[in-house]
Amino acid sequence: MPLPSPVPDDAASLTDVTFGYTPSRPVLSGISMRIPRGKVVAIMGGSGCGKTTVLRLLAGQVKPSAGKVVVNGQSVADLNKGGLYALRRRMGFLFQFGALFTDMSVFDNVAFPLREHTDLPEPLIRDLVLMKLNAVGLRGAAHLETAELSGGMARRVALARAIALDPLLMMYDEPFTGLDPISLGVVSQLIRRLNDALGITSVLVTHDMYQSFNIADYVYFVSAGGIIAEGTPAAIRASDDPFVRQFVNGEDDGPVPLHVKAPPLAEDFLGRQGV
Amino acid sequence: MSDVVCGLLKLLERLGAGTRKAVARLGFASRFFIAVLRHTPTAFLRLPLTLREIYFAGVLSLVIILMSGLFVGMVLGLQGYDILNRYGSSEALGTMVTLSLVRELGPVVAALLFAGRAGSAITAEIGLMKTTEQLLAMDLMAVDPLARVVAPKFWGGVISMPFLAALFSAAGVFGGYLVGVQLIGLDSGAYWSNMQAAVDFRIDIVNGFIKSVVFGVIVTWIAVFEGYDTKPTAEGVSSATTRTVVESSLAVLAADFVLTVFMFRGV
Repeated sequence: MPLPSPVPDDAASLTDVTFGYTPSRPVLSGISMRIPRGKVVAIMGGSGCGKTTVLRLLAGQVKPSAGKVVVNGQSVADLNKGGLYALRRRMGFLFQFGALFTDMSVFDNVAFPLREHTDLPEPLIRDLVLMKLNAVGLRGAAHLETAELSGGMARRVALARAIALDPLLMMYDEPFTGLDPISLGVVSQLIRRLNDALGITSVLVTHDMYQSFNIADYVYFVSAGGIIAEGTPAAIRASDDPFVRQFVNGEDDGPVPLHVKAPPLAEDFLGRQGV
Repeated sequence: MSDVVCGLLKLLERLGAGTRKAVARLGFASRFFIAVLRHTPTAFLRLPLTLREIYFAGVLSLVIILMSGLFVGMVLGLQGYDILNRYGSSEALGTMVTLSLVRELGPVVAALLFAGRAGSAITAEIGLMKTTEQLLAMDLMAVDPLARVVAPKFWGGVISMPFLAALFSAAGVFGGYLVGVQLIGLDSGAYWSNMQAAVDFRIDIVNGFIKSVVFGVIVTWIAVFEGYDTKPTAEGVSSATTRTVVESSLAVLAADFVLTVFMFRGV
């Protein structure tokens, strides 16, 4: 059952949002979503369906051509640069591959937002950084260089950096991509635990069903620029929507066709030469 | 006939599109330059950031600059002696070597070397930061990459360049001395005193300094812009690095001609 209309206490919401990187090809068409405070919301769908664009809209990286994006009660598109930066200080963003600063150590990466945005003395910054690293299980790796980290460790360091300023809203862009089964479990449980322990709100963009169904409170399925299904993980599992069934069961053909639209076979092989 | 007209029209179309693209890019580069200048206070208020860039762009370029300066000075010594000796004025070797270096070769060759050594490194670093989403991560952490990364690199390069040009000239003058005095056997006193008498502080040294500052701005501006504007792929970073070296070398040579016209006509 869909969530009711946005309420003022939502951490974030999208209302009738339309957006396209080029005006002729909209990525999202009239999409509406609610991100209730304190919840883990997963946005799922096939590659290129516009999932990451939702995060970009929430972070104010792009502006919608129609509709409203609201984060913590503020309309993101109406903010000037100062207002947007003030809002981003209350957001954390975990990139698909971490996006750690390669010229800094693990410690300095996590200390970066604290040093940039606060005047805290260095001993206090040290304590805070070690606390954040401890929360992701990497206090012992504080002295390492980023080149020495495995993919899973880099993702956890990036997570520690993202929560350094105790954000209100955490956004995860494909946090499970390319991780081994152990790291996968570690990262997914960290997302849930940090969300509950720090009282934050999390938006998760992923196509890893198993992990996201385990930790999410609510799931949106996005396809062709619109929401085609939404609900709790249990409701989604029980859904008989053809797209959701294809996605959940990993079927190669269905509403999302195996073949890209092409001219008839005979025309390609027997007709015109060249592609 | 119509084919010829069609071909010509297509050619014109391509020429127009190319020109529009080039003008648009120049406009973007100019706006970028102004944006970087606007972040100048950050570069100087947070001095350690700029000092780090001076180290990478300036101090780490010292070896190549000093070695090149020495060899250029030695070649000038040999060639200068050969030419001056024909006119019986070989004692003017010190003057010739020094004026060539201070007025032209010091700023120009140092800038060309700086473009190859530091400019390409600046472009590659910023380009890779963009490709690996580090600049985006910074922006999403409410830290402006223009203030935190680009402005310190720009000012680090601009500050380093005059020092590198001066050191290049000094190494060159010493190279000329090694060849002229130590190898060929000219009088040491004549080499130094003729040089001191002929070199004017305002006309030669100050103008050479102005040139090196202008070249520093040109090379570093192109380097940071190309890095920031790079296509976020391996190929994009590689072609941006190449463009930095080619564009800044040509721009330095062209700017040198313009500056020389204004500085040294009739002197």
